[in-house]
Amino acid sequence: MELLAFGDTGWGDELFRATLMTIAVSITAMIIGFSFAAIFTPLKLSKYKSLNLVANIYTTVIRGVPELLVIYLFFFGGSGAIMFVASMFGYNDYIEINAFVTGSFAIGIISGAYSTEVFRGAIQSIDKGQFEAAKVLGLSKFIQFYKIIFPQMLRLAIPNLSNVWQITLKDTSLISVTGLVEIMRQSYIAAGSTRDPLFFYSFAAVLYLLLTFLSMKLINKLEVKYSRGY
Amino acid sequence: MDFELMVASFPKLLNAALITLKLLSVSLIIGLFIGLLFAILRLNKNIFINKFAYGYSYLFRGTPLLVQIFIIYFGLGQIEYLRSTVLWTVLKEPYWCAIIAFALNTGAYTSEILRSAFQTIKPGIIEAGKSLGIPNKIIFYKIQIPIAIRQSLPAYGNEIILMMKGTSLASTVTIMDLTGVAKYIISTTFKPIEVFIIAGGIYLFMTFIIHNVIKFLEKKYSFNS
Amino acid sequence: MNIFKKSIFSVLLSLLIIGNVYADKIRIGTEGAYPPWNSKDESGKLIGFEIELAYTLCRYIGQQCTVVEQDWDGMIPALIMRKFDAIMAGMSITAERQKAINFSQGYADEVASLAVMKGSSLEGLDTPAGINLTKPNADAKKALKTLTAALAGKTVCVQTATIHQNFLDSGDVGKVNVRTYKTQDEVNLDLASGRCDAALAAAVAFNDYAEKSGKPVVLTGPTFSGGAFGNGVGVGIRKDDTELLKKFNAAINKARKNGDISRIAIKWFGFDASM
Repeated sequence: MELLAFGDTGWGDELFRATLMTIAVSITAMIIGFSFAAIFTPLKLSKYKSLNLVANIYTTVIRGVPELLVIYLFFFGGSGAIMFVASMFGYNDYIEINAFVTGSFAIGIISGAYSTEVFRGAIQSIDKGQFEAAKVLGLSKFIQFYKIIFPQMLRLAIPNLSNVWQITLKDTSLISVTGLVEIMRQSYIAAGSTRDPLFFYSFAAVLYLLLTFLSMKLINKLEVKYSRGY
Repeated sequence: MDFELMVASFPKLLNAALITLKLLSVSLIIGLFIGLLFAILRLNKNIFINKFAYGYSYLFRGTPLLVQIFIIYFGLGQIEYLRSTVLWTVLKEPYWCAIIAFALNTGAYTSEILRSAFQTIKPGIIEAGKSLGIPNKIIFYKIQIPIAIRQSLPAYGNEIILMMKGTSLASTVTIMDLTGVAKYIISTTFKPIEVFIIAGGIYLFMTFIIHNVIKFLEKKYSFNS
Repeated sequence: MNIFKKSIFSVLLSLLIIGNVYADKIRIGTEGAYPPWNSKDESGKLIGFEIELAYTLCRYIGQQCTVVEQDWDGMIPALIMRKFDAIMAGMSITAERQKAINFSQGYADEVASLAVMKGSSLEGLDTPAGINLTKPNADAKKALKTLTAALAGKTVCVQTATIHQNFLDSGDVGKVNVRTYKTQDEVNLDLASGRCDAALAAAVAFNDYAEKSGKPVVLTGPTFSGGAFGNGVGVGIRKDDTELLKKFNAAINKARKNGDISRIAIKWFGFDASM
């Protein structure tokens, strides 16, 4: 137990910070994932086949290739890709990216593919009558979406989004290649230094279980809130 | 883009894909039995058995597969006592450590899939069986299980694909599966993008095959025939 | 731009602003997991022979530098990707690596050796104390024959993407069951647990492990240098960074003349490993 002490003698404080990092990366990745979903879900539901294809390639490739490969590919090729994307917006200088951004983006891309599927499924299960009624009310397309369709989509999506959250949270264990010190990497370091892998990896499992448990409690509260009136 | 490298590494990666498939199939078969067992345990009336099965499922679904593999491979390898028992002949090999981790992991997810399939079987079917005088055991084995398996096909197909991606973690414990060989080629040629395109392509192809086989099975065993 | 493009751009931009930009500092990448070359202390700070040497060299260059941690298998791609500007991670100068990056002159040498657990059948092999594989003489060739016979069918563990792996793959010791691991730590763990019949790495790495863990690890066979094992350890620099290469070479010359390298080497290795 002294191994877990806070301060210089034990690994407690490092592991605590690593847990915060895991949470930070997971949340950032989810948000980045939502941004991707915001682009690709409409593409998937569009009436233009070519746009459908682009979105389908994204979700199929990212969900069909192991996360390790996506992360490696992103880490090794991502810097160039980001610079390429930025140059589209007119920013041509060399870009420096730190490990947190790289890691969150890598997981975010993966998370986004799953989120895209979830949102697509949710929108497709909203009763068609809702769309018609919204149109009939004469509101602008924007308000139609935000005030009528979006809240309903969220309610339907929350159970599956909680699965995406679990996947994202566990995927953060794979980004040690970017050097980011989250739970898995810190346990790895501690295990190597103390030559006690059993203790530290088991403790890492406990930490992840704790995060899973707390997430479930929070998400249940969210579900209740969004199901009000149903 | 180094096409020469892509062509040269293709056969090596294809060979490694066979190892991936071997890992996948063995893990799935063992995992299916584990899943069936724990799904049944979960439906048991006894609260201790119920909670125990739930605990197993929660443990393996709530922690990353990477942690599970590391505990089994490095963690168990550390225990001096284990090394002197007959278990060591199994745990010594990275291949078996990986299979154990994968099987336990997929077993947990499979048990959830099967459990929910069992619970959504229309009670009418079981009642019909009982009214025909069929003993409970036979109802279970000849009616409930086949129906549950049929209903689980979509979700289980998903699980197969998730497990195939999971096998890539075998590369973290020295196994030269598709991902392991890909990493090796990259470390000697320093050309990550070309290699990952081929390796990723092979994974996608396997996903495609699995997806279509499951779709075919779904159609074949659907109730609308 | 529609609202989606705008929001993505602003997210990207803000993330990049959070990202660190080191202008005049030289960033040096190291593994932090290969004692006594480079490792971490209890508080996670990077320490070791190369970290101390790095700061010394930067003093001679006249610029500030920071040492950045990087996993070994991503070391060269990370350099090329500009995550840092130089590699000082016990990386030996080999022809293969020189295809992708440049190396400064060597600053230290490491000899490799096989290691086994005490009591292993491979202990006490009858070979000369050290062999050089660049121009193998009769002794060296005989030693390789002895090793081939001894290691036939055995499992030897190495860290991935190292000269040690290259040597085993070269066939110089015949058909061996090679197992590769992400870090030297993992190699040590599996050697100690009996999963490996033997392991191959820098002799000092095994000595360090034996000392710190108290496990009965013993070196066996000859020490290796040259050939697949490269020509000493140097600073890895991107091919287009010719200025930085000149600076490092000049600094290494000064550090060697002033005896810095020898001093730091004796401190960390217990003997003068400088070149």
